[in-house]
Amino acid sequence: MIEKTVNQKAWFLVAPVVAVVAFNALIPLMTVVNYSVQETFGNNVFFWEGVKWFEEILHSPRFHDALLRQMLFTGIILLIEVPLGVAVALTMPRRGPWVSVCLVLMALPLLIPWNVVGAMWNIFALPDIGLLGKMINGMGIDYNFTQQPVAAWFTTILMDVWHWTSLVVLLAYAGLCSIPEAYYQAARIDGASAWAVFRYIQLPKMKRVLTIAILLRFMDSFMIYTEPFVLTGGGPGNATTFLSIDLVKIALGQFDLGPAAAMSLIYFLIILLLSWIFYTLMMRNEAQ
Amino acid sequence: MAKITLEQIAHSYLRSPDTDDDWALKQLDLTWSDGGAYALLGPSGCGKTTLLNVISGLLRPSRGRVLFDDRDVTHIPSDRREIAQVFQFPVVYDTMSVFDNLAFPLRNRGVGEDRVRPRVIEIARMLDLEDMLYRRAAGLTADGKQKISLGRGLVRSDVNVIMFDEPLTVIDPHLKWELRSKLRELHQEVGATMIYVTHDQTEALTFADQVVVMHEGRVVQTGTPIELFEKPSHTFVGHFIGSPGMNMLPCDIRDGMPWFLDNPIEIASAVRGHQEASRLEIGVRPEFVRFGSTGVPVEIVKMADVGRYRVVDARHRGHSIKMVMPEDLDIPPENARVVFDPSKTQVYGDGWILT
Repeated sequence: MIEKTVNQKAWFLVAPVVAVVAFNALIPLMTVVNYSVQETFGNNVFFWEGVKWFEEILHSPRFHDALLRQMLFTGIILLIEVPLGVAVALTMPRRGPWVSVCLVLMALPLLIPWNVVGAMWNIFALPDIGLLGKMINGMGIDYNFTQQPVAAWFTTILMDVWHWTSLVVLLAYAGLCSIPEAYYQAARIDGASAWAVFRYIQLPKMKRVLTIAILLRFMDSFMIYTEPFVLTGGGPGNATTFLSIDLVKIALGQFDLGPAAAMSLIYFLIILLLSWIFYTLMMRNEAQ
Repeated sequence: MAKITLEQIAHSYLRSPDTDDDWALKQLDLTWSDGGAYALLGPSGCGKTTLLNVISGLLRPSRGRVLFDDRDVTHIPSDRREIAQVFQFPVVYDTMSVFDNLAFPLRNRGVGEDRVRPRVIEIARMLDLEDMLYRRAAGLTADGKQKISLGRGLVRSDVNVIMFDEPLTVIDPHLKWELRSKLRELHQEVGATMIYVTHDQTEALTFADQVVVMHEGRVVQTGTPIELFEKPSHTFVGHFIGSPGMNMLPCDIRDGMPWFLDNPIEIASAVRGHQEASRLEIGVRPEFVRFGSTGVPVEIVKMADVGRYRVVDARHRGHSIKMVMPEDLDIPPENARVVFDPSKTQVYGDGWILT
């Protein structure tokens, strides 16, 4: 046996990373943990409360409703954006001068600041002066997203699809472009139909990028705040109050720091858990 | 099964080709007889793959016709040409099992499951893939995947021709030999025409009965490995095949006899049509040059032992003449002269054979 060299000094080499991670993640997170187990009335006076806030949040119907709305929203936008993104990527040209035109057009929505997206859609969808709102009402449909929950949901989802489908398109397109020409040629010789080409060549080859796309869209939409905040402010009533909007209301509106901190941690753990489940499910076959 | 005829085929990837260089395939006429084992040999970029894609229908030629027997298939798509192609990099359907991969071309053509099964098992046996039929194709090694690609071609009993586009590029050296002999074996067993594209002369010469040599979009010679070696019809074939390549010496013709500078060179057949050629050369393979008491005086510059034989680099007034000779043969210490075997010495005009 060869004697292994032991030299613990190497740990010093990771010290800079530890320092950076500590300042941008660990210390803020620990502050939240600190708040989540205590009660404060200001003046830096704290009382130990244990897991009281966690119990309160987990049993609160308000949290349940927000979580349900959040899951519904994320589910719907994933179901729309992923297939739509793949479909658009499939129709994009693979070479020629139109490639750059398409790519730039696709990237545009991604470059707009989120609060601007919210403001744009707010005005765009206003029933009396907005282009979209006026058109829908003109078709004889009673539409007012500031008053009707269904209309508010419809507008929020449409806005998110408009804003983020491009991301899925670009990732799927990158996946499609990496498929060597020989696969298509072999499929033609094997007499494969267009559906078979998609099912057995394009989809499997896009799997990795689609996994990334789904994960990114899942995490981002689960944390969505700015756009619905500007568009609907969480209303009408609580119809579009997603988790993050609710969290901000508790923390900054009511200044309930303890419950808000507990909710943040639960929120964080849900995202972590669901991301892990997604990833494991999608990568399950890869290991074989 | 069919004879394949290429009639005045030419292809350019440009929309409006003007110069000669714009054509990936310059005009060519070729016939591949039914059941032959062919190799298509040439350096990278000489148009081999283009020619292959024209036959398989992946590419429609700019000009000319492709005939399978007497049927014009120029405008018929690949899937209805009954051809198979194995690509440089193995193409397998990753998510399917080996069995489903092999069954794929049959199922696409609506063959019943009761006939798919025995056929797939038969082909798997031929290719030694039986043990892994129910494994996912993605998990196989490169040679296993290449066998699947080949198998997808073989399962269809009606294939006219199986084409291989440098199929051994990604295979480990020790498996190359094995897979190549497997191909020969399958050729005997299946009887389909096989066209094997490669830039490796060993692969071409060991696989094929007939070798087609391509150079800059043209077919420069079609022949058996022996013909290519003994009588190259173009200087390119002389250079490309054999190691070291053919000696090429400038010459001129006086009284029907080639002269290399001041030395008359005896050759077996008469030279024809040399008047039109602007550049005349004598070509002789290093294997057919030996020392003699008469002949071209040379000085010996270098000698290299290459296993069982020796390569001698001789010079005559700055022109190099390479010789290949047995290891035990003595080299004359001084005043060496070399003679060329008259029946194996050719004269070339502007690259093409004149004898």
